Amino acid sequence: MTVNGQPVSAEVEPRTLLVHFLREDLRLTGTHVGCETGYCGACTVHVDGEPVKSCTMFAVQADGANVTTIEGIASNGDLHPVQEGFWERHGLQCGYCTPGMIMSSVALLSKNDRPSEEEIRHGIEGNLCRCTGYHNIVQAVQFAAARMRGEEPPAADWEGGE
Amino acid sequence: MYPRQFDYVAPTSLDEAYGALGDDSKVLAGGMSLIPLMKMRLLSPGTLVDIGRIPGLDAIEDKGDHISIGALVRHSTTAGHPLIAQHAPALAQAAGMTGDVQVRNRGTTCGSLAHVDVAADQPAAVLAHGGVAVVGSASGTREVMADAFCMDTLTADLSPNEILLEIRLPKAGPGEGSAYDKLGRRGGHSDYAVAGVAAWVKMDAGSITDARVAITGVGTKPSLLPEVSQALIGTDGSESAVASAAEHAVDGVTVLEDLYGSVEYKTHLAKVYAKRAIQKAIGSIRA
Repeated sequence: MTVNGQPVSAEVEPRTLLVHFLREDLRLTGTHVGCETGYCGACTVHVDGEPVKSCTMFAVQADGANVTTIEGIASNGDLHPVQEGFWERHGLQCGYCTPGMIMSSVALLSKNDRPSEEEIRHGIEGNLCRCTGYHNIVQAVQFAAARMRGEEPPAADWEGGE
Repeated sequence: MYPRQFDYVAPTSLDEAYGALGDDSKVLAGGMSLIPLMKMRLLSPGTLVDIGRIPGLDAIEDKGDHISIGALVRHSTTAGHPLIAQHAPALAQAAGMTGDVQVRNRGTTCGSLAHVDVAADQPAAVLAHGGVAVVGSASGTREVMADAFCMDTLTADLSPNEILLEIRLPKAGPGEGSAYDKLGRRGGHSDYAVAGVAAWVKMDAGSITDARVAITGVGTKPSLLPEVSQALIGTDGSESAVASAAEHAVDGVTVLEDLYGSVEYKTHLAKVYAKRAIQKAIGSIRA
């Protein structure tokens, strides 16, 4: 498979989950293992451009696929606008859900460059956050959406924005 | 959390897949139910036959007298496909309310039917649309009405050496409408159905001439509600006619109490969502 643009090849046991292959074989530990049952979304990566839960997919199923992880979205050291949004709008507290949350948000914005608050909440429904109450995550995605459209991001609500 | 060890086979043709299937095997398509079951070791098949690399199974097609949904069609495709929107709106809605974004990108509509989860959304819509399951094996194919295919809790009319190849849905005709509505376990439409109802209705000259209503979430399996359909047929589809038909929403259903509600609560929800789904279906015809 190709991971973050680099071709990789390995022999794995059939039962090796994609998330374990990424973390343990490739040492890409940015993708987190959360609930292990397909609910929490901490393990979200993109397979052929679509967000999936890498704890609920065997590595062998991704043979030949194009996989993107949280490590693969910044370019040349510049944060992806969604990463910047989470930074600027305090879209995380403990950070455990953040890699998956960002991967889902990137996928959402690739399909909808002007999501409403409801569309953002719906777009990240497969990602659970136990710290933030999602409020700042929504603002982070709104920040990124504006940045990606080339517009000035809206002020944060604590700065007098909406 | 690792499953037990298993042999993995990734055939590139159906014949090869049939050859690999046996008493101790399972078919892997999207894996959204199978893989968690294996990780929790509730299920430990000796062989997984991954049909994901077999060409020709991933299409939704107009076959003239019916619409075909192939074994590898993902929930996200079903939810957004123009043929499903036109011919089976209840199924498009149910697929859009299945799981979450990531689950819809991997899980398959056929897999949802074959798994027969008591609270799955799409089987109810397939039943309401009069869907047919096409089952293949080395000795050929057979067709089963989806209602009979969903035999019992987590039990489909499917042998270990068979594959659910496609779901066939009748094409929509004039005066027909359908809708799906539910209460999800996480509120709104999120997660499995606490109660969900799919309704298909046919009207002619202001009266209902045919109907099929199916329920999920409250009983032992997604199932048709013939008493509701019979109560609708011949009426004008008015709010009172729909409300009185919806009173039959658990007739013949063994309502099960679970973490999400008592028998009384789920019975109440079944009637509420039956009314809503039928009204939405009728509204879609009149619109």
